Amino acid sequence: MTRFLTLTLSACAALGVAASAVADGHSNLDLEGAVKSRKSVMTLVSYHTGVLGDMAKGEAPYDAEIAVAAAENLAAAASMNRVVLYPAGTEQGAIAGSRAKAEIWSDPTGYDQAATTLQVAATDMVVAAGTDLEALRGAMGAVGSTCRACHEAYRGPRN
Amino acid sequence: MRRVVTGFAALVVVGAGLGVWFSRPGALPDAFAAEMAAHAASAEAGAMVFHAADCASCHVAPDGAADVLAGGKAFASDFGTFYAPNISSHPVAGIGGWDLDSFARAVTLGVSPSGQHYYPAFPYAAYQHMTAADVADLFAYMQGLPASDVASLDHAVGFPFNIRRGLGLWKAAFVPGGYVADMGDDPVLKRGQYLVEGLAHCAECHTPRNAAGGLDTAQWMAGAPNPSGPGRIPGITPAALDWSAGDLVEYFTSGFTPDYDSAGGQMAAVVENLARLPRSDRAAIAAYLLALP
Repeated sequence: MTRFLTLTLSACAALGVAASAVADGHSNLDLEGAVKSRKSVMTLVSYHTGVLGDMAKGEAPYDAEIAVAAAENLAAAASMNRVVLYPAGTEQGAIAGSRAKAEIWSDPTGYDQAATTLQVAATDMVVAAGTDLEALRGAMGAVGSTCRACHEAYRGPRN
Repeated sequence: MRRVVTGFAALVVVGAGLGVWFSRPGALPDAFAAEMAAHAASAEAGAMVFHAADCASCHVAPDGAADVLAGGKAFASDFGTFYAPNISSHPVAGIGGWDLDSFARAVTLGVSPSGQHYYPAFPYAAYQHMTAADVADLFAYMQGLPASDVASLDHAVGFPFNIRRGLGLWKAAFVPGGYVADMGDDPVLKRGQYLVEGLAHCAECHTPRNAAGGLDTAQWMAGAPNPSGPGRIPGITPAALDWSAGDLVEYFTSGFTPDYDSAGGQMAAVVENLARLPRSDRAAIAAYLLALP
């Protein structure tokens, strides 16, 4: 049993090395850099969502100028071109620190749709944020459910 | 894995020695049945039980409509892959032909109408705490949901785990007799305990398991490896999670963490369900978590 396991594991490891060699062959990108950059985009998203969220919750005073600026940056972060950010071989388990589920690559249409939904919600937020607090609160719900839906399908648990 | 197999095999041998007594499927207590019969069941109240118990999170089809409990979702584990069954109101494919007592026995004792033990992928260890009124309300609500004629899938579970009778021993060994945490008599904490340890079955993911798959109650809610893939399910004790009551309630409502990360994975659906409960229930859950050792 132990020997069988060892053999199987060795075979898997060998395949894994071969697979990452193939992935490297297809991409000249720095995979660790891609993971780091994705996380930076997420930091941008959460910071600006926080500025808007604190206003929605009443923890910060509503300020149209700041709200619009935050929404514009959120929309910009959501519009980053994902081709360079999500190269093959950067899913959770394949590279340190990643929480990206393999479904991002096995279901590219679904992932694209989820990412586009955030772009739409963020663009709507730009308008709502400049209107009034009530509109901002309404748009916040859409942003929140977008985060949840995408993280439900495409982000794995903490490492 | 080898440790797991050895552990289970040892259990099976011990069980044979003690005879089959401990593995027999439990019967629904008469008092529980009488209490349900005396209760005027409300489908509206049952909807709240349904959401609090997260039934849909497991029992809707992958990519299926949110109120059709057709089953089919796969749950990988060390013991094999379990498939959520059809529990829609269909009389043959689902549970539309069941009576209330059968439903209560299934939910609170993990025993099928034909007297078979269910696998603990079905969180009856938590649902054992469900009140008679909540079970009756839940049944009334679920029987009003749409029917699906999709047949349930067989679990992909190998020997010895495919011997269902053995699950009786597992239950005797690992289903806690009562509540795990000591919450005293405070009504808010008691409500939180009913929701966390009972309906919402939080421990099923947030508490680590021993080699035989039983919850390690000494590490209650301390976090655990993800049973179905890479990564870890976070600990939610005050020691593991430095959130205020307000932070917790906000997370259960909008899904946002204090630093505006959002709920994901299985927890996204949990948050969606918790958000439908009265705010007082979300506050009770927060109070319970903050009172944990």
